[in-house]
Amino acid sequence: MEELMEILSDIRPDVDFENCTTLIDDKILDSFDIISIITELNSQMDVAVPADQIIPENFNSAKALWAMVEKLQDE
Amino acid sequence: MSFVSLGFLLFLLILFILYYALPRRFQWVLLLAGSLVFYAFASPKYLIYIAVTALSTWFAGKLIHDEYAARDAYIKDTPDITKEDKKACKEQAKKKARRLMVCCLILNLGILAVCKYTDFTIGTINSLFKTDIAFLRFALPMGISFYTFQSMGYIIDVSRGKYQAELNPAKFALFVTFFPQLVQGPISRFDQLSQTLYSEHDFEAQKITQGAWRAVWGFFKKMVVADRLVPVVTGIAGNPDKYVGGYVLALVFFYTIQLYADFTGGIDITIGVAKMFGVDLAENFDRPFFSKNITEFWRRWHITMGTWFKDYIFYPVSVSKWMLKVSKWSRAKLGPQLGKRVPVYLSTILVWLATGIWHGASWNFVVWGLLNCLVIIISQELEPLYAKFHEKCAFSNTKGWDVFQMFRTFWLMAFLRVLDVYRNVPLTFRMVPTIFSSKGWSEMFSGGMLKLGLEVRDYIIVAVAIVIFLIVGILQGKKPVAEQLAEKPLVPRYLIVWVLIIVILVFGAYGIGFDATQFIYNQF
Amino acid sequence: MKKRIVKIVICVVLLAATVFMLQKLLVPKYATTNEEGILSSEYYANAGNNDVLFIGDCEVYTNFSPVKLWRDYGITSYIRGTPQQLTWQSYYLLEDTLRYETPKVVVFNVLAMKYAEPQNEAYNRLTLDGMKWSKTKLDAVKASMTDEETVASYIFPLLRFHSRWNELSSEDINYLFKTEKLSHNGYLMRVDAKPAGQVPDPVPLPDYTIGPKCWEYLDKIRETCDQKGIKLVLIKAPSLYPAWYDQWDKQVADYAAKYGLEYINFYALADETGIDYNTDTYDAGLHLNLSGAEKLSAWFGKYLKEKCGVEDRRSDAALAAKWAEREEFYEFMKEAQYKQLREEGAVTRYK
Repeated sequence: MEELMEILSDIRPDVDFENCTTLIDDKILDSFDIISIITELNSQMDVAVPADQIIPENFNSAKALWAMVEKLQDE
Repeated sequence: MSFVSLGFLLFLLILFILYYALPRRFQWVLLLAGSLVFYAFASPKYLIYIAVTALSTWFAGKLIHDEYAARDAYIKDTPDITKEDKKACKEQAKKKARRLMVCCLILNLGILAVCKYTDFTIGTINSLFKTDIAFLRFALPMGISFYTFQSMGYIIDVSRGKYQAELNPAKFALFVTFFPQLVQGPISRFDQLSQTLYSEHDFEAQKITQGAWRAVWGFFKKMVVADRLVPVVTGIAGNPDKYVGGYVLALVFFYTIQLYADFTGGIDITIGVAKMFGVDLAENFDRPFFSKNITEFWRRWHITMGTWFKDYIFYPVSVSKWMLKVSKWSRAKLGPQLGKRVPVYLSTILVWLATGIWHGASWNFVVWGLLNCLVIIISQELEPLYAKFHEKCAFSNTKGWDVFQMFRTFWLMAFLRVLDVYRNVPLTFRMVPTIFSSKGWSEMFSGGMLKLGLEVRDYIIVAVAIVIFLIVGILQGKKPVAEQLAEKPLVPRYLIVWVLIIVILVFGAYGIGFDATQFIYNQF
Repeated sequence: MKKRIVKIVICVVLLAATVFMLQKLLVPKYATTNEEGILSSEYYANAGNNDVLFIGDCEVYTNFSPVKLWRDYGITSYIRGTPQQLTWQSYYLLEDTLRYETPKVVVFNVLAMKYAEPQNEAYNRLTLDGMKWSKTKLDAVKASMTDEETVASYIFPLLRFHSRWNELSSEDINYLFKTEKLSHNGYLMRVDAKPAGQVPDPVPLPDYTIGPKCWEYLDKIRETCDQKGIKLVLIKAPSLYPAWYDQWDKQVADYAAKYGLEYINFYALADETGIDYNTDTYDAGLHLNLSGAEKLSAWFGKYLKEKCGVEDRRSDAALAAKWAEREEFYEFMKEAQYKQLREEGAVTRYK
């Protein structure tokens, strides 16, 4: 989780990832950010996020993101 | 069948009465029948194309469904299945589903490509290699770009396991052919549309009247503004030798207004009509000209197309193994800051290339798409600079600055769009700079604009309509105008709609204009 | 729910009423401009008891005077003439008239035989918009439409005339609910005269064949008259211009001979009728003025009486009273036009 938070705040230092749960719904993250997150996850944590996982539910909060990462690592 | 015809209104009326008169369980069947009738009226010859797409996509969806069902059954029936086995089983099913999906994509995008892009390819080859291959002149089946994309989105989602396939071919055919969205979209998603498309609808007066209002508003945009501007746009664009300088600026402006009124008006009619049948379609526009930059503009203009490209091209390409490799490579070679942008920009360029080609089979659309892309990438690159600017300059955080940004975005989009009207890239690049010359300006303001088929009164009507668009746009920012209207007391509410209908009937640019001089009595 | 539906119904009715009013306001009134447009609707108030029916273009409604026919011969007649009335329109106007009465003689002016196809949207309107709605009108519309026209725009003329909002005038307000009676049983009077000068030489045509659609509808006119026991007379008015080619004349004469019809070309009869092209037309040889129309009517009344056996109805008191009114209006308009001619030097309005 810490690693993830680091990645996130690296990409968007201006966003409060701790508390925000509407990152996508409120258009806080744009598609550039999403791709950056996925590329970082891949290079730093070796997690491959397939395109069908790019849905608002998985990206709306840091928690949701972490849940997705855990699920993907599990598979 | 065009939306703007008495035939369409009559068709709507009959379908509407039957829809609420027949038992509820026949409603979706009636919509399918109506959609087929609508399509047959528009182009009976091309029913076969839409039928092939609907049936092949349905069939592929069903096969994928069967594959996943078999997988689930196998996993369920094998209690002592190992984790590895389960994974392998899933992997295999996924692979098969992918293969079916790819076949379906190739078939349907193939049809689209052949119909739409054969002559474009031939033309390009001819001009590149100085050959003289004859054009094949395939006629375009109505709405082919829209229904193909809608079907392809479905099959990709089904193979991804996002939702279950529709097993009833007739129901699926309705999803593909649903008549209000055939002409110009929106490109619906199956999981969203199916919620209301197949369900039984009671006669909900509130929803129906709101749908009707929306449609009336669409007719206003289309008939009073868009159709009125046709002669000016075609007149200026059709005579580039004659109309230079100031005229080109007028073209840039009026074409954007026309496009806006025509496209958003058409979508208003589409969504309104669908609503009258109880069906909720996705919004395609979110007050696009209130955008402050192009990226925002493209989130608010033709939304269903934008999200389609994002979900089915941009993300899959960006996160593909190949792109991740590129990403690693570029980081290693170019450093982390620049390197991490490479994959995003590559995907962006690809998406805009596809967007351009999707809009039409000619180079002007390709160039238009790439120019959009260029602007977006540049503004992305300038982002840190903007941040500093906002920090340093207080005035940049005022309302006035917002308005300036909207104004700037409008003109930027308008200038990019002018490629559409000239349909010729070199010509466009030759014409636009003439705006900054002195040519045409004085002629234009000494009666020149009145020689294009529009009179002073027409320009006044357009100007008033633009003001109305602005007011409605500002109101819409708070809450959908239809809802605001519904909250008003009965009399003003109906008065507004009533006036709008009268305005369309009287000021609409339709029919044979009355020209008293035709009646000048001579010889007969 | 019920209340809501009632509300919606009220709104729809109100909207329909407004649209209807709007249509009334925006359609041309033909009262002080393009007056010929009023002709086709004026018939209905005068239907019945007409022994002779004229059908055709301006060459009937400027050239014959029913009042003169009544005065001199006691012949009752009506002219269903409209500008550039095409052969099929003549047929449908005949069919339309037969819904109200069966005349003894139908007179058809053959000039329109030169037009094989629908011609001009504006003129279609002048003929068709005034007709009352019936199957006949629908058929007439369908037969007459040019490519750009739609049946819907005849059902709802607002669709056609909506852009007139820009040219509304006091005429449209004054005649919103009333019409201006202008014709004398279909005759549109002009008292002024303009001598015929040099008439342009007819231009040779590549093809003089009269079109099949014209023959088709002439056949229909003939067959309808046969069925109803009506005598059909073909005429060509005595205009100097536009040219009526000998080749056309021969085809019509041959047709008349084939079916035993009378065909009278008044141009050839100028000596007999006494038409003087220096005094008897108001536009230098095209259309007869009052003097010319009366001369032609005097001649033609005799013909109708002697050759067609049309009776003198002056002994019918009710009819005589009605025609007395018409004579009065005729004299009133004549006076008004002469007065305007004296005072202003030209006739610019009918009354």
